[in-house]
Amino acid sequence: MRKYVIRRVFFLFMVIWTAASINFILPHLTGRDPVKEMMGQRIASQGLKQEDAMILINQYHSMLGLDKPLVQQYFTYIGNCLRLNFGYSIPNYPRTVMNMIISRGRLSLPFLAVAIFIAFVGGVLLGAFMGWNKCPHWLNNLLVPPMLAFASVPQFLVALILIYFVAFRWRLAPMGGAFPRTMVEDWSSVKFLLGYAKHAVLPILTVVLVEASGWALSMRAMMVTVEGEDYATFAEARGLKSGRIFFRYLVRNALLPSLTGLALRLGFIITGAAVAENYFNYNGIGQTLGAAIGNFDYFLLYGIVIIMVMSIALATFVMDLIYPLLDPRITYRAQRG
Amino acid sequence: MKGFWDYVKRNPSFGIGLMILIGLLLFSGAGRLFVDKKLAYEQTASLNVPPGKAHPFGTDSLGRDLLAIMIYGTGMTLQIGAIAGGIGLGVGIVLGFVAGYYGGLFDTIVTSVIDVYMTVPSFLVLILIATTFSHVTLGVTEMGLIVAFVSWAGSARSIRAQVLTMRERPFVMMAKLSGMGSFEIVMKELVPNLLPFLVMSLSQAVYGGIMSSLGLEALGIGSRRQPTMGMTLFYVNYYSAFLLGLWWWILEPVAVIALTLTSLVLISMGLDEIANPRRRRKV
Amino acid sequence: MSTPLIEIKDLRTYFYVKAGTVKAVDGVNLILERGVKLGLVGESGSGKTTMALAILRMIKPPGTVEGQILLDGVDLIKLSGEEMRKTRLGQIAMIPQGAMNSLNPVARIRATMAEGMIDHGIRLSKEEMNKRIANLLEIVELPAKVAKMYPHELSGGMKQRVTVAIAISLRPKVLIADEPTSALDVVIQRQVMETVTRLVKELDLSMILIGHDMGLMAQSVDKLAVMYAGKLAETGDIRDMFSDPLHPYTQALISSLPALGKRGVFHGLPGIPPSVINPPIGCLFCSRCPKVIPSVCAEQTPVLREVKPGRWVSCHLYKE
Repeated sequence: MRKYVIRRVFFLFMVIWTAASINFILPHLTGRDPVKEMMGQRIASQGLKQEDAMILINQYHSMLGLDKPLVQQYFTYIGNCLRLNFGYSIPNYPRTVMNMIISRGRLSLPFLAVAIFIAFVGGVLLGAFMGWNKCPHWLNNLLVPPMLAFASVPQFLVALILIYFVAFRWRLAPMGGAFPRTMVEDWSSVKFLLGYAKHAVLPILTVVLVEASGWALSMRAMMVTVEGEDYATFAEARGLKSGRIFFRYLVRNALLPSLTGLALRLGFIITGAAVAENYFNYNGIGQTLGAAIGNFDYFLLYGIVIIMVMSIALATFVMDLIYPLLDPRITYRAQRG
Repeated sequence: MKGFWDYVKRNPSFGIGLMILIGLLLFSGAGRLFVDKKLAYEQTASLNVPPGKAHPFGTDSLGRDLLAIMIYGTGMTLQIGAIAGGIGLGVGIVLGFVAGYYGGLFDTIVTSVIDVYMTVPSFLVLILIATTFSHVTLGVTEMGLIVAFVSWAGSARSIRAQVLTMRERPFVMMAKLSGMGSFEIVMKELVPNLLPFLVMSLSQAVYGGIMSSLGLEALGIGSRRQPTMGMTLFYVNYYSAFLLGLWWWILEPVAVIALTLTSLVLISMGLDEIANPRRRRKV
Repeated sequence: MSTPLIEIKDLRTYFYVKAGTVKAVDGVNLILERGVKLGLVGESGSGKTTMALAILRMIKPPGTVEGQILLDGVDLIKLSGEEMRKTRLGQIAMIPQGAMNSLNPVARIRATMAEGMIDHGIRLSKEEMNKRIANLLEIVELPAKVAKMYPHELSGGMKQRVTVAIAISLRPKVLIADEPTSALDVVIQRQVMETVTRLVKELDLSMILIGHDMGLMAQSVDKLAVMYAGKLAETGDIRDMFSDPLHPYTQALISSLPALGKRGVFHGLPGIPPSVINPPIGCLFCSRCPKVIPSVCAEQTPVLREVKPGRWVSCHLYKE
């Protein structure tokens, strides 16, 4: 068991280190100086004076150690990453990147967590029922085609449709934003929480429609496989109650591959939701990312990417640890060497 | 040929997917003969006109005729997918076969790289790559190449897995015993047997490529002037089309994208049944 | 003579598929008395496993079951779903063929053994249940610690014994053992069969043993029924059938068995088992039969008749 954990931890660090290194190498490959470019933008658009710009550029260079040899820069950079110090968001100076990530991230995290949970549990149960041999055929024929369509498209597409029909046409939900414009962000206030929840409905629905469809379809397929297994036949031959067979034999065994799938899919869900946020005008990490791209806010952009990679790698790591608890065969094999 | 039609009959999802895809290709290909390409670019028509006689699909806030956009844009998006998918599959085939068949140190390196590659969300990598090169104007081909940077990993992994299974099969042993060289075995024994699987990997790679490109374009990273599907939706958001009630501008690209992606998924699913015969439903 | 425990009358299990009608079991009549061990032999595809599933009413569409299956006078085919469920394990218990994969891989043995009892209405406290399980394990000669383990931690023979323990846990009337030892090696085979035979005697059970190993049958059963292509070829007492087989198929089966002191060339049967899709009239064995009567066997379907006391054959060689 311990060897397994150690291997996963090592893998976790490898992933983060690789992402950070790519982060470091890429801009240096193009020979662009992000600081100079940003200053150039500021000169052009905000009338920043040339002399002031030069002072700022030099300040940045020494602060980031850009005047030192490349290898040293690399280690400073990695060190900074580990301390979660990503510098300043230049368009939003003097706010630091980390500060912006946290303030925006805490808007995205609650709805994402809820959405993924609902999508997974709902999708798996629905799919299990659809795959059950006691499920009426017409239900399958009715549900599968739309589910297939939803599962194949990117989240922002569904977001567009939802916004257009539900928010704009039918006026059942707010058009955008993370919470009502009239409110101030205050997590201890019930009114705020309700407002947040109301604005989270469509984003959550987007994630759920896309992901639950996917889970349901794959769970349904797994159920068919599991139903053909010897243990399912023997369970019926023993006169077990159909509810018990459904949950303890079929769902329980079909669930395992779906869980692995969840771990693999997590990155895709989160990045998809990030893109969709831009369409919801949702002031979370996704829209911040979009804005950073638009402004070429170099530090913010790279900071967000690293943080997202870290979170996803961490979440995957946690799932890897949970999985052996649910499948007794895995731990055993690991113990055996 | 008859075998092909029999297969399609037994496998409706493959048939439907193929028909939709062919329909889209025809729409894009034949449409070009009737509609001028210039209309898909800015300021060639009046703004925000709903569908009518002059503009059957309406126009958008940039003064572009939407029918033209659909025709040329569909082709472009498919082109991006084809480039990304083709390159991705090509690299994936080479790496997958070499790593799977020859094994050893090369295999370990490749597998580790793939594992890390696939855990880091490829979309984020793409954002980094694309923004780094944003000072270069991105055309359709460039988008395809950028997306190809990440599309090879999935194909490589699944092809390698298949090669590993086949490597131990008796017919490969026989080929070895009869003195065939490794390269010959790969080309003459493994590839023909894996052909359905490789075609499925292609459709999956194209699907992945289009998904990635859509994600990038949705954030505004892409060929700003070209009327690809993703960029069209980006402008939908940029110009707040729904606040203005320009439903045609929203629904048409959404419909086309949904059809394209669903058709690719159906084709992949259908091919999966050939490639994995034990998953065939009706014997 | 008391009423037979099981009476199967004209059992037909057909599968209606696109290619035609598959007559897996075509008009079988069988009787099982109390305390008797009946062997059911046949090649693969002869319909024996289908019979077992039919008795347990586990044939799924597009298969249908017609005829009568009387257990102590009650027709199982006419029971409701819930009543049939209670009959399974409670009155008729199955020992499955491939115990390799018959136990729930994610549940401990203890849980798997308990659930059969719980679902049949047995309410016990945790300690009492554990004691019962330990008792059952002891009866099948397994150590008590098996209860805490998972199926993948057990060997094939041990898993098979667990299924036997499950099968007797509710003291059923009949055991249906569907090739219980096919997946095991010879040594384990014998040990498991000894356990089963001992239990059948101790608990006064009746048993239907399904298989294709004539040697195993000779050691384990009292009566034998031979199936071919969905129909019964011959039935009778096991010793009679070995010493004086009547149907040519039975004769071929027995003569292909090696025995101490038997010398010479062993003959198999030429040809392959017939397909049972849209079977033609006439005897289905005639194309492989060494004693075929031309023009009779191919045109008239033989009927199962009692040609000697207790010996039933369906063959044109024996005219009444």
